[in-house]
Amino acid sequence: MIRVENLVKQFGAKRAVNGISFSVERGEVLGLLGPNGAGKSTTMRIITGFYPATSGRVTVGGHDVATDPIRAKALIGYLPESAPAYGDMTVQGFLSFIADLRGLSGSAKKAAVHGAVETCLLEGVLHQSIDTLSKGFRHRTCLAQAILHDPDVLILDEPTDGLDPNQKHAARELIRRMGERKAIVFSTHILEEVEAACTRAVIIDRGAVVASGTPAELKARSATAGCVRVTLAGASADEAVARLGQLPGAARAEAVAGAEVVAGGRVTVRVYPKRHNNGDDGGDGGIGALGAALTVAVAQAAQASGWQVQALSTEEGRLEDVFRSITLPETVSQ
Amino acid sequence: MNGQAAGKHGSSFTNIAAIVRRELSGYFGSPVAYVFLVIFLLMAGFLTFTLGRFFERAEASLVSFFTWHPWMYLFLVPAVGMRLWSEERRLGTLELLLTLPVTLPQVIIGKFLASWIFLAIALALTCPVWITVNVLGSPDNGAILTAYLGSLLLAGSFLAITSMTSAMTRNQAVSFILSVTLCLFLVIAGYSPVTDLLTRWTSPGVVDVVASFSVMTHFDALQRGVIDLRDVAFFLSVIGFALFGNAVIVRSLRAG
Repeated sequence: MIRVENLVKQFGAKRAVNGISFSVERGEVLGLLGPNGAGKSTTMRIITGFYPATSGRVTVGGHDVATDPIRAKALIGYLPESAPAYGDMTVQGFLSFIADLRGLSGSAKKAAVHGAVETCLLEGVLHQSIDTLSKGFRHRTCLAQAILHDPDVLILDEPTDGLDPNQKHAARELIRRMGERKAIVFSTHILEEVEAACTRAVIIDRGAVVASGTPAELKARSATAGCVRVTLAGASADEAVARLGQLPGAARAEAVAGAEVVAGGRVTVRVYPKRHNNGDDGGDGGIGALGAALTVAVAQAAQASGWQVQALSTEEGRLEDVFRSITLPETVSQ
Repeated sequence: MNGQAAGKHGSSFTNIAAIVRRELSGYFGSPVAYVFLVIFLLMAGFLTFTLGRFFERAEASLVSFFTWHPWMYLFLVPAVGMRLWSEERRLGTLELLLTLPVTLPQVIIGKFLASWIFLAIALALTCPVWITVNVLGSPDNGAILTAYLGSLLLAGSFLAITSMTSAMTRNQAVSFILSVTLCLFLVIAGYSPVTDLLTRWTSPGVVDVVASFSVMTHFDALQRGVIDLRDVAFFLSVIGFALFGNAVIVRSLRAG
């Protein structure tokens, strides 16, 4: 549905977007991740036809956004970053205006407005002017205008920004549900959101795609992915680290900071698995199999040394670590 | 169903009509519109009956009414139009509007028409003056109608210029000042005290050329009841040119 090819956007001397490509099909929810100023909003503004691209091509449903903007825009529902809306209008009036411009009229218009109001829980404020609404309601009003015409493509720029935790949860659920029938791109810098709602994620830094994959694939690139975390009683930290670090299949082991002081000679150790190709084995399978073998080895070693295993788990890796290591390379290497 | 509904978009007429309706309801939904109407009518009355010496003239005509219109519009039209685009830019709704399946010319025309209709309503509310002059004497109503047409075209020209300057900034006050300055130029270039001054320095030919750019020159004939197509064409081309400039400015905002 959405195809972005070698997108470049130049603002004066600054290159905000530098050769981004990706595509999203129906049934996919793509999370656009990146630090502030990475080019997420600019990319979305080009897809929705607000900014013309300096070079590169965007098609939506087969329509080129640059040469056939009206057809492309008709397929898109867009929630801009600041969730703008006309403050002097009522929610009802605003949605009705958007429906008019979406070419809806009569009973189709009524049904569309009603549906959007229901989905975004706006019944209670329908006749209130938008200026008087709280931030959460304003945001939902703008979301309602995006989904009003049941678009095939949804572009949501930070859809959960400024919502309270309950509303955030509801918004994620909504995105995931709608993603089953639509192609959705949404941007965020809340990483748990990616795991909760996305089928695929793209990490953007300084205008370029630096990583992409399913949330699980991305997590597997974390340094702690596939590590075995074990809590032992009756062992000293040094002993345990030395013993477990020498296991076949283990690259090294370390005591988890702060954990060993917890009562009664307990120690928590993280054992890193050996990676075959520089840790970049990508798939779940590799990490999973590696982790399982190592877990068994750790358990056996503990038993042989007479330590009592109190907790044992394999770590999935954390998206946050991946995000940081990719978007902050200088800091990490220092 | 899904694909069809999503693939739909309005015709240019329904799009323009939707934008006109929204802008007009915006005007009448706020007290500012009524304040404007009252000020407009008070000023029109004051200028006509005191400074214009309507009764002392003892003429069955509305010359003393229409002669003040360029000066009234100079401030009131920018006040009406200053928010047209600057407000959209300030609120960020421009992004919303221009990512809907509407073309930029549709938006520009819709916004312009809505404000023009508002000004036409204000002008129509001056009809008591026309009734008065008909009660007191028997004026040339054709000439008065022509003058009203001229006044509407004059307001439209100032409005188009205001719409253009409004797109240049997020700040309504700046937009107001810019448009008053531009409109002032269009007024004084043909204002007789200024043209008299100019004739002392340059040849009458140059003065004529400068004056021909002024709304005064073209409004003068219309307010006396003379429809010259060249005058009408002048106002329409000012409107067309300013709205084209408006489109160029909005496009350049997005080009970055």
